[in-house]
This record gives sequence, structure tokens and C-alpha cells, in this order.
Amino acid sequence: MPQMNMVQAVNSALDVMLGRDPAVVIMGEDIGYFGGVFRCTDGLQRKYGEARVIDTPIAEGGIVAAAIGMGVNGLRPVAEIQFADYVYPAFDQIVSELARLRYRTAGEFSAAVTVRMPCGGGIRGGQTHSQSPEGIFTHVCGIKVVMPSNPYDAKGLLVSSIEDDDPVIFFEPKRLYNGPFDGDWHKPAVPWSTHPKGEVPADHYRIALSRAQIVRAGSDVTILTYGTMVHVAEAAVRLAEVDAEIIDLRTLVPLDLDAVCTSVCKTGRCVVVHEATRFSGFGAELSASVQEECFWHLQAPIQRVTGWDTPYPHAFEWEYFPGPNRIVSALKTVMEVV
Amino acid sequence: MRLAPAGSVPRPDTTASLAETERLASTLVRVLDEEGRALGPWNPHLDAADLQVGLRHMVLTRRFDDRMQRIQRQGRISFYMKSTGEEAVSVAGAMALRPDDMLFPSYRNQGLHIARGRSLVDLMCQCLSNTRDMCKGRQMPVMYHWASGNIFSISGNLATQFPQAVGWAMAAALKGEDRLASSWIGEGSSAEADFHHGLTFAAVYQAPVILNLVNNQWAISTFQGFAGGEHGTFAARGPGYGIAGIRVDGNDFLAVYAVTQWAAERARRGAGPTLIEHVTYRAGAHSTSDDPSRYRPQEEWQAFPLGDPIERLERHLIALGEWSAERQERLQKEMDAHVAECWKESVRFGTLTEGPSLDPATMFEDVFKEMPQHLVRQRRELKTLLGG
Repeated sequence: MPQMNMVQAVNSALDVMLGRDPAVVIMGEDIGYFGGVFRCTDGLQRKYGEARVIDTPIAEGGIVAAAIGMGVNGLRPVAEIQFADYVYPAFDQIVSELARLRYRTAGEFSAAVTVRMPCGGGIRGGQTHSQSPEGIFTHVCGIKVVMPSNPYDAKGLLVSSIEDDDPVIFFEPKRLYNGPFDGDWHKPAVPWSTHPKGEVPADHYRIALSRAQIVRAGSDVTILTYGTMVHVAEAAVRLAEVDAEIIDLRTLVPLDLDAVCTSVCKTGRCVVVHEATRFSGFGAELSASVQEECFWHLQAPIQRVTGWDTPYPHAFEWEYFPGPNRIVSALKTVMEVV
Repeated sequence: MRLAPAGSVPRPDTTASLAETERLASTLVRVLDEEGRALGPWNPHLDAADLQVGLRHMVLTRRFDDRMQRIQRQGRISFYMKSTGEEAVSVAGAMALRPDDMLFPSYRNQGLHIARGRSLVDLMCQCLSNTRDMCKGRQMPVMYHWASGNIFSISGNLATQFPQAVGWAMAAALKGEDRLASSWIGEGSSAEADFHHGLTFAAVYQAPVILNLVNNQWAISTFQGFAGGEHGTFAARGPGYGIAGIRVDGNDFLAVYAVTQWAAERARRGAGPTLIEHVTYRAGAHSTSDDPSRYRPQEEWQAFPLGDPIERLERHLIALGEWSAERQERLQKEMDAHVAECWKESVRFGTLTEGPSLDPATMFEDVFKEMPQHLVRQRRELKTLLGG
């Protein structure tokens, strides 16, 4: 089976979908002739032409609006926002238009648009190239929100997102583009070829949206996480030497609540981990849902490990990033309660 | 206000270069003069029968608006927005296009639906949020849509439809279809970034789209100067983006028709998009929640130099010997009766306050194509609350 990093897996998903479905078009800033600033669309314009692999003006609001119009006219556009941090000019088109078009027209109009964007820190991007704004979008009714943690999932989830008739916001943790990252920035980078999820079929396959995955089975505590933090959580579990069950949510909306509750009811403890800021973050939703559904099984208060409630600072990136030590500390806290 | 005499503006070929069209952005294309004569190269030479259809649509739009406004005042619908004084913009704009061209309206374009033959019962049921409401009670009154009539949904967030129409047109071109998109925006909301996105994308991709800016002089309470209209025309923004811009007398049915026809032919011949500024006047309040006496003189419409679009087309038809005051009176009565009959039929499907009414549990439908678990649970909770 071919080895791919996450950039190649995203590229492969787009390639497969452009090849299979003439309605698929991709669009964004620098994505065509140049192949994308992260190379996710490399070679696709040469292969499919300028009409289907479309370089756009620097106008995120215009990109999403045009994608909506194309979707209404029967195309299946995949729009790239160059960094998740740049999505805000498109906020009205996503929240008020894309998310609600099916609803406001009682199903007469809809637009099957996928909006891809790299997110997360760890690349010295400072406060405008490091954000994880997924919680802003999970709060909006009518859009699905996806964040893969490895190349295999990235391709299968992106194919499913493009094929889905509802709009999808697809977050790509950019620190994972070239290799799994366990949170220790002192260590040399590890390529995806060393990881089993770096094996990616060249052909079409899907991973169903709203299905979480147990990446490590365990019995003492459940870690709910997604994206880059899946790998950081794995490292933390090795350090803490606890028998934790790690759940990679993969899709945040719709949430696989059954998988979450089954695990927490089994382990009786829960730690929620995400890179995004804490206050009103997606972890708050997870924590509240677990409390509602699993209260009588819980043996300790739920812990959250997140980015601090500050912008992402350039100079203090690793003091900001919720690394393995903070997760270890949270695991110890929940395990200390008898 | 800068005017130009009827018939005085040359009509370039529809494939003319941008430079050859540039004067159109600063002058005012007019066909009908004060006496109701059609003059000059923009005269579309429509048959009297077509003109009578146009007049009929405009009168119906006005009588429908008047009736709905009264109904709102009686408390039977929550809100309404009239298009009085602006009927020609929508009616002539729709009539000059093909039925399969896609329209992306703003909220004061009810004439588009009427010109495309939509049943008033459908529009009224939407305003009533009743059991026949196309929006299933999810939108305020006047936020219509009509997929089979090729009219897009109206958003309460202004200007969003402008760049969407461009995307639709880009897709039509990509699919090799001979269809174009036309969108409408107010001069007030042209200050939004969406307007800029629409023009930029239309220019970059040479999309087959007509971008209509309806300059009715007033946003809610602010005159067009607050959108930047005091120091240049809105049409002149077109050439700034590399797009042909035309400023047209929006109360002149023939001029609106001719200019739309010109822009449509230009788009179909691959010569690119057009920005049309329709100079008109919002004769009524912004909406039923607005009181214009607080910010503008009541008699301003009477002083507006471009007159009333219905009276002007009527005068033209009379000048042609194809109409009379008696026929006009008869038409108005006929339209009033039609509106009244449609209203009677519409309320049979319920009102916002009296049954029959929609099942509130339908609010969970269409958030997604298939209902996810969390919505199934919330629907169950609501049904329990309602004792279902």
C-alpha cells in the first residue's frame, strides 16, 4: 500500500474525487498553478484544468459565496481557506448562508460545499497562523465539522465530506501534515512512513462521518480528543503509565455520543483534550454531555486540557501548546480520586 | 440628480469594449419622455401586448403590496415590505430575461415572482407562515424562494446573494449551459464586502451575470450618500472593476427592459458581466417597522424627477392608442379582486395566530439532509413538552 503524509492524502482525496465526479471543483488562493502553500493541491490544475481547479482572488468571503452559488447550480465545490485564521471574512457566508440554506428554503435549495482549512499551532505561526477555531463552527447549526488526526483518516473523511450533501468544515491540523507529532518539539520530526496510518490506499474509500475511533483501548480513564492532540495524548499515556482509553472523535458535528458515553461509562473517568482555547470551547460541550449522560458512572470530576485563553503567542508557542505534561497532570488528578 | 433627455444616449453594440461603454456609467439611459413617447436607440420596440403584460404585472405588484401592508396593520402578518415606486425594476428585469435564467433577488423584488407567474397564494402563505408556507414557518414574511421558477432564496443578511449569483454563473459557464444569473442589491447594502466580492469575481472569471444595483435613494433612514453615492454614480464602479456599468432610469419600463436585454446579450455572447444602476425611488417606508416621516419629507416622492413607473408606462400605452383611463381603472379593479380572492384562499391554510398550523416538530427538519441523533433527541423532548 502507498505511504502518504497528510498533504499527499488530502491531495489524493481531491484527485480521486475530481476524477470520479465531474461536479467536483476545487478553489482557493494559490491552489491552482502553484499547488497550494502547503502543496495539498499540487499537480491538480495540470491534470484537471483551470476550469475545475480554480485560483481565486484573496477574498475568503467571495470564495465561499461563489462556492455556494456553484453548489446551488449542481456543482460540488471544495474551497480551501489558506489558514483557518483567515476564515473570518467568510463567516457570514458560512454561518448565515451555507449552514442555513437548506433550512430556510425547507429543502428546496442546498449547497454541498466542503470548506478545507489548515488549523492549529506548532509551526511558529503566531496568533494569525495557529488558531483552532473549530468551536466557533460547532456552535453553528447546519454544518458538519471534521478534523482528522492522520493521513488514512484524512483521505477517507475528506472523500466522505465531499460526497456529503450537507456543508462540511474540514480542519487539517497542519502540524500533522508531515508527521505525527507527540508534543515534544525538542525531538526530531517523525515522518508518517513510520506510522501505520501513513499507509493510504490510492483508490477511493470512505470513512463515515460521525464515527469516532478508539485509538487505544483502556480501562482506567477515557481521553476524548481529536486532531494533533490524539498523538500528544498517546505520548502522555505512555508517560503517565495509566491504562487510558483514547478516543479520536474525528467528526465533531454530528458527534458520536454513543462511542463517548460507552467508553466513559466503562472507565468512570474522563479527560477532554484540545488545542483550542478553553472558555466556551468544544471541550465544554464534551464535558457537559459526559456529565449529563454518564454522571452516575463518574468517579472523578472531568478534567479539561486545552490551549490557554489567550491568543497564540509567537515567542511562547510551547508554553502555550497543551503538551504531554499537562495531560499527564490531568490524568493523575482524575486517578487520584478514589 | 444628474438626468439626461430621453433617447439621447447612444447604444453601443453588446460586444463593445469596456472603453466604448464607459459613458453609459455616468449618464442616464431613458426611453420614455414626458409625453410618453419612446425615443432613441434604446427603444426595445416591444409589442403593445407585451407592454400591457408588463403594466398588468406592475399593477398587480402594487395592489398586492398595498393589500399586504393593510393586512400587516390589522395584525394578521408580522411584517411586510412594499416595493411601491420600484415595480419596473423587477418586472421589466424579469421579462427581459429567459425563464431558465436564475434570479438572485433582494427583499424588494416581489415583482420578479409576479412577472414569472407565481401564484399570489404561494407568496401570501409564506407571509402567513401557514401550513402551505414554502419556508415551513422558518423565515420572516417576504423571504420567498422558488426553485422551479428559478428564483433563489432571499436572505435577511443583505448583499450575500450578489457573489453567490456570480458563483452560480461561473458554474453555468463551466457546465457549458446557455443560462445566466441576475442579482439585485440595494444601493445601501452595496457598501458590504459582498458587493466588492461579486464585482471582483465577476470580472476575474468573466461570469455570465447581470449585477443590478437598485438605487432607490434611501437605505432605511440614510440617503444614498451614506453608501458613497454623492461623489460619483454607482454604475461607475463597474468600469473600476473592468465591468461595463450602465445607469438607467429605473422608473422607465422600456429603458430597464432594454438595458437588461443589452446586458443579457452581452453575457450570452461571452462579452462579460454588466453592472446596472437602476435610479428609482422608494416611495413607501423601508418596512412596516419603519416611519419615514422621521427622516425625510413626505412630499419627496412627488418631487422625484423620474415619476411613477406605472403612470409612465400607462401614458406611453395611451400615446400608442393601446390603452385608456377606463381600461386602467378596470385593470386595477380586476387586480384588487384577484388579490382579495387569493387572500381568501390563503387564510384557509391558516395564519400565524389561527389554525390550521404547522407541526412545531418540523423545526428540526432540513437542518441537515438526514436528521442526526442530537436533533432526534431534541425533537422527542419538544414533542413530550407539547404532549404529543
